[in-house]
Amino acid sequence: MKKVLFSTVLISLLAGCAGQAVKDQPKAAVEDRTAAAKQSAAEARAAEQKAVTANPLKDPNNILSKRSVYYDLDKTDVKDEYKPMVEAHSRYLTGNKDAKVVVQGNCDERGSREYNIGLGTRRADSVRKMMNVFGASDSQIEVVSFGEEKPRAVCHDESCWKENRRSDIVYQGE
Amino acid sequence: MIFRNLLVGAAWLLLAPFAHAALTIEIVGSGANQIPISVVPFAGETVLPQGITAVIAADLQRSGLFKIIDPAGVRPAPYEPAEVNYPDWRARGADALAIGSVLPRPDGKLEVRFRLLDAVKQTQLDAYSYVIDRTLARATAHKIADLIYEKLTGDAGVFSTRIAYIVKSGARYELQVADADGYGAQTVLTSSEPIISPSWSPDGTRLAYVSFERKKPIIYVQSLVSGQRQVLAQFKGNNSAPAWSPDGKQLAIVLTKDGSSQIYLINADGSGVKRVSYSSGIDTEPSFSPDGAAIIFTSDRGGSPQIYRMSVSGSGAQRLTFEGNYNVSPHFSPDGKSFTFIQRVNGSSFHVALQDLASGQMQVLTDTRMDESPSFAPNGKMLLYATEIGGRGILAAVSSDGRVKQRLSTQAGDVREPEWGPLLKNQ
Repeated sequence: MKKVLFSTVLISLLAGCAGQAVKDQPKAAVEDRTAAAKQSAAEARAAEQKAVTANPLKDPNNILSKRSVYYDLDKTDVKDEYKPMVEAHSRYLTGNKDAKVVVQGNCDERGSREYNIGLGTRRADSVRKMMNVFGASDSQIEVVSFGEEKPRAVCHDESCWKENRRSDIVYQGE
Repeated sequence: MIFRNLLVGAAWLLLAPFAHAALTIEIVGSGANQIPISVVPFAGETVLPQGITAVIAADLQRSGLFKIIDPAGVRPAPYEPAEVNYPDWRARGADALAIGSVLPRPDGKLEVRFRLLDAVKQTQLDAYSYVIDRTLARATAHKIADLIYEKLTGDAGVFSTRIAYIVKSGARYELQVADADGYGAQTVLTSSEPIISPSWSPDGTRLAYVSFERKKPIIYVQSLVSGQRQVLAQFKGNNSAPAWSPDGKQLAIVLTKDGSSQIYLINADGSGVKRVSYSSGIDTEPSFSPDGAAIIFTSDRGGSPQIYRMSVSGSGAQRLTFEGNYNVSPHFSPDGKSFTFIQRVNGSSFHVALQDLASGQMQVLTDTRMDESPSFAPNGKMLLYATEIGGRGILAAVSSDGRVKQRLSTQAGDVREPEWGPLLKNQ
């Protein structure tokens, strides 16, 4: 029932914006930024600092600010160097039962798009399994795959491909 | 205001049924035996900006199976069988002749008359007359080309069919539908997030596709008539690779809600999801057999991705491809006797291949290097696929014997993920 309701709402939203010019939409985002900029720079900086100290996920000195796991060619297992980071996120989830993460798997651009969605899933799932080992519950983790559809680096050689064989840990609300 | 805020910072997308774009076609290669035919400009067709016969001749030529004999210089040009001087046309090398006329009617409509003549036997092969609105001139030309194709080759013509594909320009993704000759492209959906895997319903009225607009792959079904769409599947994890059953009542889809990518069946209204494949590997890219009894799909259960076949209930899975260590993206042929797929050759080059189910014989059809997503024309004679030329994504087509090759490209952007639409009855 919930799903049906959601679909209906989405369709009416879409119907509502169908006539709107595409160009209008980025403009809306710009307006929001202008509003935010009205805050004095100092105020903003102070607020940011406060947020950082309050939130270990954003603190660059905290391992929890690290979010990406990289993979070797054709590999889907989490390499040892990423274990401490995955363990830290798992412990954070265990200690914060309301927190939820999405692990997003990615692939390089070669091969079938749909098969790459499968491969990205396998990569992200290896992160989930490691989180399970360190105690995090599946109810707090969703594994999704972008396949090759959302590359972070866009050139067509190994220098970019290795950047795109990756899983990212993203917290709900981020 | 609410929807505006929702769109900011998230995906923006538009249903845009009236936006137009252009797709142009270039032909490479030709069939082994070309039928020489002359298409004589129809009497009175200059009332139509694009005429009728130019579209017919372009359709026939694009198939690679016809040699178009130039009718210029025949005076007077024949419009009725009695006006045809057959020895003239034989001397020009024409085996067949298309003649006709376009007559304005008092009610503003047009009457298009057409005859197909056998220049060797000096007989009439076919004759048709259509009363049309002038906006349907191009569609009528495709119908006439279909009739000529069917009469002279014995196979159904596909000039009246449509294709679906994705265009990526910068950060903008568009799902488009165009006539099989690339003309009249219309944008069905525009999004700032990826769209992949469009799949035609068997009656040609709906498209299923995968959109990432909600930060993960979700399957939608959209009507091409009303433009309305609904979520087909948004389970935990991924929802992707939709393929319609031949009766249009259900789809095979790929979900990860129970772990790795596995194949499920779901009713076309989103109800009754049921798992059909059970492996510890990745099972994906399902394609129904034309009789609806079997599904072929990609699976790496044996270590490398290969094509398998199973019954629609999931039983009796059996491996079909054995050459190479990367065979993906299968699609059944319309007669159910063969399937197309992508084969990786020498580790880095991807080609469209065709395999006969009874003999297991396999043939690589293309010399392009980065091929993806092959699908058959509904008469089984051509295959449409995506490839890359000069770093840009384009669409290409190849005949099922590998001889005729076409390239379709737009002015800008990457074109990808094509699927050839169905043959529509009573068009």
